Amino acid sequence: MLEIKNLHAHVGDDETEILRGVNLTVKPGEVHAIMGPNGSGKSTLSYILAGKDDYEVTEGDILFNGESMLEMEPDERAAAGLFLAFQYPIEIPGVATMTFLKTALNAQRKARGEGELSTPEFMKKVKEKAAELNITMDMLKRPLNVGFSGGEKKRSEILQMSLLEPKLCIMDETDSGLDIDALKIVADGVNRLRSPDRAMVVITHYQRLLDHIVPDVVHVLSRGRIVKTGGKELALELEKNGYADYVGQAA
Amino acid sequence: MNMETRSLKTSAETELASLFDGARGDFAGSDAVRKRREEAFSAFDKRGLPHRRVEEYKYSDIRAKLKSASALVAAGTDGDAKAALDAVATYGDLERYRIVIDNGRLVTGLSDIGALKGEGVTVSDLNAALGETDGLLDVSTIAAADPMIMLNTALVLGGAVVRVGDGVEVSRPIEIVYTASATGARYTRCRIELGKGAKATILESFEDDVAEAEGNAVSDFVIGDEAKLTLARVVTGEATHVSSVLMDIGASAEVKAIGFNMGTDFARTQSFVTFSGEHSNASLYGITMVREKQHSDHTLVVDHKVPNCESRERFKAVIDDFAEGVFQGKIIVRPHAQKTDGRMMTQALLLSEDASMANKPELEIFADDVQCAHGATSGQIDEDLLFYLRARGIPEAQARMLLVLAFLAEAVEEMEDEGIVSALEGRIRDWLSVEE
Amino acid sequence: MPAVQETIDRVRSIDVDQYKYGFVTEIESDKAPKGLNEDVIRFISEKKGEPEWMLEWRLEAYRRWLTMTEPTWARVSYPKIEFNELYYYSAPKNTPGPKSLDEVDPELLETYEKLGIPLREQEILAGVAPENRVAVDAVFDSVSVVTTFKEELKKAGVIFCSISEALREYPDLVRKYLGSVVPVSDNFYATLNSAVFSDGSFVYVPEGVRCPMELSTYFRINEQNTGQFERTLIIADKGAYVSYLEGCTAPQRDENQLHAAVVELIAHDDAEIKYSTVQNWYPGDKNGKGGIYNFVTKRGDCRGKNSKISWTQVETGSAITWKYPSCILRGDNSRGEFYSIAVSNGHQQIDSGTKMIHLGKNTSSRIISKGISAGKSENTYRGLVSAHRKATNARNFTQCDSLLIGQDCGAHTVPYMESKNSTAVFEHEATTSKISDDQMFYCQQRGLSEEEAVALIVNGFVKDVIQQLPMEFAVEAQKLISISLEGSVG
Ligand SMILES: Nc1ncnc2c1ncn2[C@@H]1O[C@H](COP(=O)(O)OP(=O)(O)O)[C@@H](O)[C@H]1O
Ligand SMILES: [Mg+2]
Repeated sequence: MLEIKNLHAHVGDDETEILRGVNLTVKPGEVHAIMGPNGSGKSTLSYILAGKDDYEVTEGDILFNGESMLEMEPDERAAAGLFLAFQYPIEIPGVATMTFLKTALNAQRKARGEGELSTPEFMKKVKEKAAELNITMDMLKRPLNVGFSGGEKKRSEILQMSLLEPKLCIMDETDSGLDIDALKIVADGVNRLRSPDRAMVVITHYQRLLDHIVPDVVHVLSRGRIVKTGGKELALELEKNGYADYVGQAA
Repeated sequence: MNMETRSLKTSAETELASLFDGARGDFAGSDAVRKRREEAFSAFDKRGLPHRRVEEYKYSDIRAKLKSASALVAAGTDGDAKAALDAVATYGDLERYRIVIDNGRLVTGLSDIGALKGEGVTVSDLNAALGETDGLLDVSTIAAADPMIMLNTALVLGGAVVRVGDGVEVSRPIEIVYTASATGARYTRCRIELGKGAKATILESFEDDVAEAEGNAVSDFVIGDEAKLTLARVVTGEATHVSSVLMDIGASAEVKAIGFNMGTDFARTQSFVTFSGEHSNASLYGITMVREKQHSDHTLVVDHKVPNCESRERFKAVIDDFAEGVFQGKIIVRPHAQKTDGRMMTQALLLSEDASMANKPELEIFADDVQCAHGATSGQIDEDLLFYLRARGIPEAQARMLLVLAFLAEAVEEMEDEGIVSALEGRIRDWLSVEE
Repeated sequence: MPAVQETIDRVRSIDVDQYKYGFVTEIESDKAPKGLNEDVIRFISEKKGEPEWMLEWRLEAYRRWLTMTEPTWARVSYPKIEFNELYYYSAPKNTPGPKSLDEVDPELLETYEKLGIPLREQEILAGVAPENRVAVDAVFDSVSVVTTFKEELKKAGVIFCSISEALREYPDLVRKYLGSVVPVSDNFYATLNSAVFSDGSFVYVPEGVRCPMELSTYFRINEQNTGQFERTLIIADKGAYVSYLEGCTAPQRDENQLHAAVVELIAHDDAEIKYSTVQNWYPGDKNGKGGIYNFVTKRGDCRGKNSKISWTQVETGSAITWKYPSCILRGDNSRGEFYSIAVSNGHQQIDSGTKMIHLGKNTSSRIISKGISAGKSENTYRGLVSAHRKATNARNFTQCDSLLIGQDCGAHTVPYMESKNSTAVFEHEATTSKISDDQMFYCQQRGLSEEEAVALIVNGFVKDVIQQLPMEFAVEAQKLISISLEGSVG
């Protein structure tokens, strides 16, 4: 589904390479975890996958279902089925969360040549998914992410993900800022989305989330490279020993 | 601005013309400087004194205020100047250097010129400097059309040129004290230059108060790259006083300035601040304290000419009895001055039923990637707070004073330097306690 | 409401960033001779069969106007207007005055249909619940061509007709109020309007009556080189309530057309008037050629205690907009509101805002202004809030936000706040910003195209004002804003 080949990238005018040759293959149905110390390039990788301006790929390629995504606009990537749950979700004043969800869903459906959902159909769907994530109607009427607590923002990201039903879900530190109960709700939401034709990339610092969302593969990203790949036990090892063993290796 | 030539002159305008005629023979300076002064006067003469239909002077009608123009003040003796200086108490015993300008002229004998020289600061007489440097009377684009600055350029009697050398950090504040030992109109001008990386605190105290006479002062600051200027100004008294602060700020520089119009019969302090280099920031504060039939006008134009600068403007007014306060502030962001961050706030406390305040905070923006905001409030002392204090046993008058002080202190304390903050707060306390 | 829905659909289906109302109606018209002089004014007055005093009033205004000069303080620039090159009166032939619907020229009905404006009462009745009905006065160039629901309104005691008709049928009412809020000599354009105004709407809601439906006027300038000078007068007597909507469009023409309207509102004790405008005059083409010059004086007088006047405007059209809907808060406890969205793109210039004049005790006002500049446009908010000596406890809150899209436009804020009463409390906030890259990326990541993302974020930005509009207008307004901004990014 996703194939990252020797990806080199930098941000803006700063020539310093932040990704320095990342290789990663994710197949449908798989869940991959990417772990790594602060500043190792995890968020950068997620932004590059989603096509953020200013994030420049200097070498390598990203294939999504066999086709290069590098020339695609962010909205084209989204319509193709790529979803990024942001580490820091953005506030949009004045735009009700509900309005935003509907606009996004219909924009993607339109781009894929599907018809728009009618309002009752849409409402039914949102209500159902929101209930699962413990999100009230009241919250959906509020402007998107404005004044949401850290936990609310993360749950709202997962709500969007379950509504948009992407093929590839990238979650950037979706666990940060969540208490135990909220973590459970979010993890359950994510697990419900696991399916044989959907892949997930979970970016996190902590083993904690991986207790709930059990990965098939764990990667360690350090200084812009994947320095170690293993099974879920790798996460446990990292939890115990920290990143110290790996930090030096990428140099 | 009204550009038409008016055929009817007020008597003050006629008197100003004859003042200029009489004085032009005594002008110091090079031919270029004399020419500059002639041009300035004729430009002024075309416009006349600014009045309420001139947008920038909408709330401070100088033409109506100035019934007649006083004669230019004569130079005093050093002895008289010394007496006038001794009567001044703005900064008490704060350790500082002094530059004394009496009756519009630099008094070398009373100024700490030698000690300043030791610190790397040169002080020279404006009139001497005008003979050597041509551009000293030039003004920035945003100030070019101001008739009161034109008048100052034409009639200036004297002042000082203060140059803080590159990299010099002056160890104590430098106070420029303007005193008066005789009556008459004073047109003064100081040029203060901070070299690259220089650091200085300047205090300007206008104690040259003479009733029924005009004060017109220009303080022209040129702040070099990476320099840091702290500035506190106090204007007070019965004169019709217009003082103009020009500031040109280089790159990566830092400015913190506060200006008081305190108990002024009719004062306008106008600042024209230009950002000429990137990555600089300026915090500009202004305080109005007026009562009886006094009038205070703080007018400010900040010109973001280059990208990546930050300005903070905060103005506070306390107005009692029949007094009037005016604040006009304009932030201009020129095309391509991206990443400008400008925030302006003006707040007024009206202490009596007949007090009035006019606020006009403007934004003029031509670049899209900017963050600009302004806020304005005007109202009374918060009755709930007052009640709270009284419920704690504080008598009403004292509680009011405390609240007014707290309101002003928000701006004053931004000056950080303890000695200066406490001196200024002392002045505020004195002013407030006279009230009873 | 189906007619409005139709408008929206039609608007939605448009795929060019062009003005959708730019068509010209081929219809024969009856014009006054070109230029302006006393004879032209007599001509207009006679055409309308006005009483003698009205003619005198006009002539006096005209003589006054000759002594006045155009104001220059606004931040707009345009070539000198040749007032003698304009036609001051133009009426579709065969329509001497408002008629019943079956008599109206089918060509005209079709025009309004194309504009999405419902004139056929039956059709409206068929599709809609009664509380959503809108009565319409349709003004085409200089005359009102039809007013719908007149009879039904009459039953409730509400007078809703063209001002020409009011002058004939209710001369005393008109005489009592006309010019009482905007005096004949108020300003250059208002004085010109007083001399030559052709048509407009008249509303009188009697004591205690809540107007049973929304009232609205649609203005259409069709004829070339014709100025439109409409005059609207709305009176809400004690305890009355009325909500009034105004819409305007004009054909796409290369010449600039002049529109100088005067609107006067009077609210007596406990009365409320809500006045909403969606102004969509032709803005000119992308090079700044053509477009309407819109110089409008709108003022409301909260004459009675506890009265309320609320202005809501969505300004997307016109090459030049010069407009300051104001409230005089004379009655104790009266309240004024101004909600504005001003969108400028291309070479449009907007200088608009409000005045809230607090005279009475315990008066309050609220100003929410949202300016959006794109293209090479200039967008200025200019406003005055003043509390006079006797305005004890006056309150004002002003929020003034600007959004810039692109690097060649300007956004300016010029608020004046004058407090002469210590018990008055004024609060003012203003911000200027752009749509952040992060917001754009976030929306695009969720599948929105660049233009959709801009439209969504802008709609969020203007939401506080949109909410003030009657429902049907709100949807239309949002679409209009999106269309106005098309082509502003990317
Ligand atoms: N916009 C940017 N401009 C320059 N450097 C950046 C930018 N964003 C991130 N970086 C740098 O890239 C590196 C990786 O950051 P990031 O991807 O956020 O790390 P992580 O998510 O793994 O904590 C850090 O050194 C960070 O400082
Ligand atoms: Mg990160």
